Amino acid sequence: MTPGAAPLGKDLLALEPLATEQIQLILDTAEPFKEISERAIKKVPTLRGATIVNLFFEASTRTRVSFEFAEKRLSADTVNVAASGSSVTKGETLVDTARNLEAMRIDMVVIRHGASGAAQFLAERIESNVINAGDGTHEHPTQGLLDLLTLRDHFKHLDGVKVCIVGDVLHSRVARSNIWGLKKMGAAVAVCGPRSLLPNAIDEFGVTVFDRLDEAVEWADALNILRLQLERMQLGYIPSLREYNRVFGVTRERLERSKRDILILHPGPMNRGVEIDSDVADGPFSVILDQVTNGVAVRMAVLYLLSGGKPELAEKAKAGAA
Amino acid sequence: MSTLILRGGRVVDPSQNLDAVTDLAIVGNRVDSIGRGFGDGRRETGDGTTVIDCSGLVVAPGFIDVHSHLREPGREDVETIATGAAAAAAGGFTAVCAMPNTDPVTDNQAAVGFVARQAQRAAMARVYPIGAISVGQKGEVLAEFGEMIAAGAVAVSDDGKPVASAHLMRTALEYARTFGIPVADHCEEPTLARGGVMNEGPTSMRLGLKGIPSEAEEIMAIRDMLLARRTGGHIHLCHMSTRGSVQLIRWGKDQEIRVTAEVCPHHLSLTEAEVDGYDTNAKMNPPLRTADDVEAMREAVRDGTIDVIATDHAPHHYDEKEREFADAPNGIVGFETALAVNITWLVKPKVIDLATLIERMSCAPARVFNLAGGTLRKGAAADVTVFDPQATWVVDAAKFRTKGRNTPYQGMTLTGRVHYTVVDGRVVHQLAR
Repeated sequence: MTPGAAPLGKDLLALEPLATEQIQLILDTAEPFKEISERAIKKVPTLRGATIVNLFFEASTRTRVSFEFAEKRLSADTVNVAASGSSVTKGETLVDTARNLEAMRIDMVVIRHGASGAAQFLAERIESNVINAGDGTHEHPTQGLLDLLTLRDHFKHLDGVKVCIVGDVLHSRVARSNIWGLKKMGAAVAVCGPRSLLPNAIDEFGVTVFDRLDEAVEWADALNILRLQLERMQLGYIPSLREYNRVFGVTRERLERSKRDILILHPGPMNRGVEIDSDVADGPFSVILDQVTNGVAVRMAVLYLLSGGKPELAEKAKAGAA
Repeated sequence: MSTLILRGGRVVDPSQNLDAVTDLAIVGNRVDSIGRGFGDGRRETGDGTTVIDCSGLVVAPGFIDVHSHLREPGREDVETIATGAAAAAAGGFTAVCAMPNTDPVTDNQAAVGFVARQAQRAAMARVYPIGAISVGQKGEVLAEFGEMIAAGAVAVSDDGKPVASAHLMRTALEYARTFGIPVADHCEEPTLARGGVMNEGPTSMRLGLKGIPSEAEEIMAIRDMLLARRTGGHIHLCHMSTRGSVQLIRWGKDQEIRVTAEVCPHHLSLTEAEVDGYDTNAKMNPPLRTADDVEAMREAVRDGTIDVIATDHAPHHYDEKEREFADAPNGIVGFETALAVNITWLVKPKVIDLATLIERMSCAPARVFNLAGGTLRKGAAADVTVFDPQATWVVDAAKFRTKGRNTPYQGMTLTGRVHYTVVDGRVVHQLAR
């Protein structure tokens, strides 16, 4: 990293191109921001005067609210735009949307879009910082980061931690960001799910593949359980939700077969009784709500670093508001 | 009658095993003779003879592109038959075949006649219409092959869409056999390819883009070769792109099935890695494949498993390509880069020699589609391409004759440049100096 250069570059589009040190930096920067959300007055002036647009082409509650809190707790001015559909159906093209936003002199765009590559498309065409809040089935980098932070909180390190991603890896941007992020941080990564929902080329990604959930449970320190999109059944990827739950659903009975305690993560929203049973989701080893809490801190860190905040000032940013 | 002398060029005509520095004389719209002796004196006599100095250049039978999309009628904003035919001429093509996926579809004699008439009006490269296999390219009812042929169609195809019904394909092969024309086949198993936007593999997984497996092409290639075996019809497999397809075609030719096949310059030069960064100018159907597939395609051009190189020239509006990858249309323009791409990626690395390239771009397409040209024999149509096989140039889409700017070769330095294109004895393109 050259001194003085933005530590992350202009945008955060994906974890795949990031260096280990960059991921480390975001996680470390998130630590002091965690505390801000625990205060009575949850606000610091770090991004005062900055304008941020949350541009959501897909419905989202958790991610949008999480970004919005992160922005507001850093004192940025934020606007939410809920657009629908792709450029084909909605009339205005993505590039026109981008140019219009740019003309309003905004500083950052947080974009969620149904098309893979949409965040990069936008980033290449506007000067504002762009943060990918999920693009199609490509990546969801801040989700990957908050998963890493949650795992690190628990295990105190990521090196050598065994994480198995369970479910629909084929269509999951969360899975891709997790695979890249975990591998870069030295974790051992496995996937488990029906072969019809795993990418055909999964073997070339340096991850272990388990066909049986019991094998995954035997191996893993943590399970990151993906949401099963209900339309996968209609599209013929799996025969039924009932069978999915029977074969790949994470139940307490299954987990109890392991001698170890297995940490449970889920990016939400959950389908209780499909990919995860309630007594697992609400059980003692579930860190699902910690993930949500960490999401705000990680997003504050990303906003701070992209806005030109110096890494070593992260502590001071916190202190300055005290 | 006027006389045109192409003097002192290296005349390469694989149809008569000719490769010699000599003169080519064209009288009227026919090749008259090849041989030394047309000196300066003749030009000075002022008898209506034009002499073009071709020293250092290759003089070849005109290139023929059996696969292009000229967009007229329907999308004249993107290309017209006139701009397409001019772009073809600029790329050294003396004739091109126009696919019928226009709007409305070229599926009847009036529509075929329209294409032929617009081409005559343009008076650039010849344009041969290809008629649809099925009415509206809907894959249900056969179009009227006989009437379309009478109006000028040289083949039938539902290109752009696969013929999903094996029964309809069987009938098309039988019916086309009656008229002695090939069925040009867009090989794509629709349920496997559905929603796919690039080659399926590690890259598509990484980019989160839905992949099209190579089997989508190969399943249709073998299905339709088997139907050609059953019916005795002539199946022409369009834009082949995978190693598996090459192996299947080798098998088909061994079995003496009437199968011919084509490959596009981009499948001989580029891989799926071009899609990285979501560049929509690397989006086409069939998609760019792996380096291993590209190697197999080159080998197949060398050994003749693939008969023809065809461009699949597919202009699109800038705005249509300037969008999310999954929403962008398939295809790239090809006329004005084809020769240079083929020289750069096939001839320069010595995969094939110049004579073989001319065979695949001129003689073979004429033979496979039963068209005029493809030879410089005495009495043949005077369709000639003159090019410099060594000249390098930088691709600048803004200078293209086609209305399309969608090329993945933008900014690349390529080798091989067309100097003159002669159609029917007339110079229709001359390199600007």
